[in-house]
Amino acid sequence: METKAKVSSNPHVRARVTTSMIMLAVILALMPATVYGVYHFGMHALMLILVTVASAVASEFLFELICHKKSTIGDCSAIVTGLLLALNLPPSAPWWIGVIGGAFAIIVVKQLFGGLGQNFMNPALGARCFLVLSFTRIMTDFHTDTFTGATPLAALKAGESPDIYQMVMGNIPGCIGETSMIALVAGACFLIMLGVIDLRIPGSYIASLVIFLLLFSGRGFDYEYIAGNLAGGGLMLGAFFMATDYVTRPITKKGQYLFGILLGLLTGIFRVFGSGAEGVSYAIILGNLCVPLIEKISWPKPFGRGGERT
Amino acid sequence: MSEETMTKTPETVGEKKEMPVVLERLWNGLAKENPTFVLTLGMCPTLAVTTSAINGLGMGLTTTVVLALSNVFISMLRKVIPDKVRIPAFIVIIASFVTVMELLLEGYLPSLYDSLGIYIPLIVVNCIILGRAEAYASKNPVIPSFFDGLGMGLGFTFALTCIGLVREILGSGKAFGYMIMPESFVPVSIFVMAPGAFFVLALLTAVQNQIKIKGEAKGKDMSKIGSGSCMGSGCASCRIEGCESRKFYDAKAGGSTQAAAETKTVATVTKKKQQEGGDEA
Repeated sequence: METKAKVSSNPHVRARVTTSMIMLAVILALMPATVYGVYHFGMHALMLILVTVASAVASEFLFELICHKKSTIGDCSAIVTGLLLALNLPPSAPWWIGVIGGAFAIIVVKQLFGGLGQNFMNPALGARCFLVLSFTRIMTDFHTDTFTGATPLAALKAGESPDIYQMVMGNIPGCIGETSMIALVAGACFLIMLGVIDLRIPGSYIASLVIFLLLFSGRGFDYEYIAGNLAGGGLMLGAFFMATDYVTRPITKKGQYLFGILLGLLTGIFRVFGSGAEGVSYAIILGNLCVPLIEKISWPKPFGRGGERT
Repeated sequence: MSEETMTKTPETVGEKKEMPVVLERLWNGLAKENPTFVLTLGMCPTLAVTTSAINGLGMGLTTTVVLALSNVFISMLRKVIPDKVRIPAFIVIIASFVTVMELLLEGYLPSLYDSLGIYIPLIVVNCIILGRAEAYASKNPVIPSFFDGLGMGLGFTFALTCIGLVREILGSGKAFGYMIMPESFVPVSIFVMAPGAFFVLALLTAVQNQIKIKGEAKGKDMSKIGSGSCMGSGCASCRIEGCESRKFYDAKAGGSTQAAAETKTVATVTKKKQQEGGDEA
């Protein structure tokens, strides 16, 4: 019997998972936090989220149109970037902050370095840091109609003790998507169950931050302080949704643990010794920049290489 | 701005012979070989002091004076200075003028002196000045050297003022200290910080690369236009440590093969010399 041999280059076995499926899963996982943010902060937050996402998608489309590249808005990664950025904005920010941020994230941080898979830092966080440096007053103003006063993390740093229960539930001032720990963790569990992310980076990140706080915060084993630090600020959003970004995290398992520990240390340093109360976004960005170095030391040696030469 | 200068270049090449050397030198510095936009030289002051148009202008003019005067003196002394110690001699001359300028600024323009700070003494090591001394003033008569320095300095001033203006308008809504943007404008303060300098410079370099690509497509000589730290004139004139090993940097452009060819010629020359030496022995 004649058979035709089909010759093709590898990979020969493909999973049915595509980029757009992963991105859709991330969007779904972010929904609890998004919905809670809109419920908590009102319609202006919803408008801001929509504007930011639209700006990110439109920037991606226009940039690829101008550069005569194949349009990649179908893979939904621009939506994820826009959504993550929007969840990192203060609820009272004017709409043009979202437009500038979305365009900066996609054009400068992502597309100028070659598009999805090539960017060296998380686009949403890059844009957030750009906005914080450019419009410091707007980006650190968390006052809304319902809330006046410092964020719980700032209060914690000042020595007050905020209500931990409210922090876990999310009934506190802060960025749109970072307030509710419970909604974020629910989304993260969904992602972990789907296998989109694993606990290596978030686990080592949070664990090393706790150890750092125990050792260097000067409060010893203060339950309220540790719990407040875990529930407050952007730690949950950063650890589960930003640090685990496929593009900007190390590839190897060992590298991922190292990455998580580095993030924990940096966040701890910024929170304890820094002038501001929050440090998650800068920690993750600095961690992203260290990824090539982490890969260099964590890259496995092929069998037969290395060792001592005789 | 650099777009204009480049489109004019071919005309000036044609007129070069009729143009008096003085004008030719001025035009060369301002446009054809503009130190910032075309040669990408002197990046440290370009990035550091262009937080406002006034700072850029002040830095540029200070550098212009130092450049013109040091070019004159180096040109006058070019036959006296021994070849082996020419760099220290140039530096001494440049440093004297920088000191004069520093004291003058401190005395008469203390506000500018304060805002430029450490970058005034650092003019001594500005590569444009040393570059012009080495490339032009040490080989040419006094009058052309003076105008060469003047042209280069004015080109530098022009570039710095442009960058400063862009950063000042975006970063604080002002131009030369006067509010020009409407009151509702929220300044993008990152542009007056260090990252803003890199953004504006990267934008300029992108424009410059675009001009280079377009010019090459039309078959013009674009070898003078550099991008980044690597000059287009080839690796032979450049002695950046470890540059040869960075072959991936311009492997596509054929730069590595060129560099390899150059290193080969160098190798053969040294071999020949050794052989000659051997013969003599």
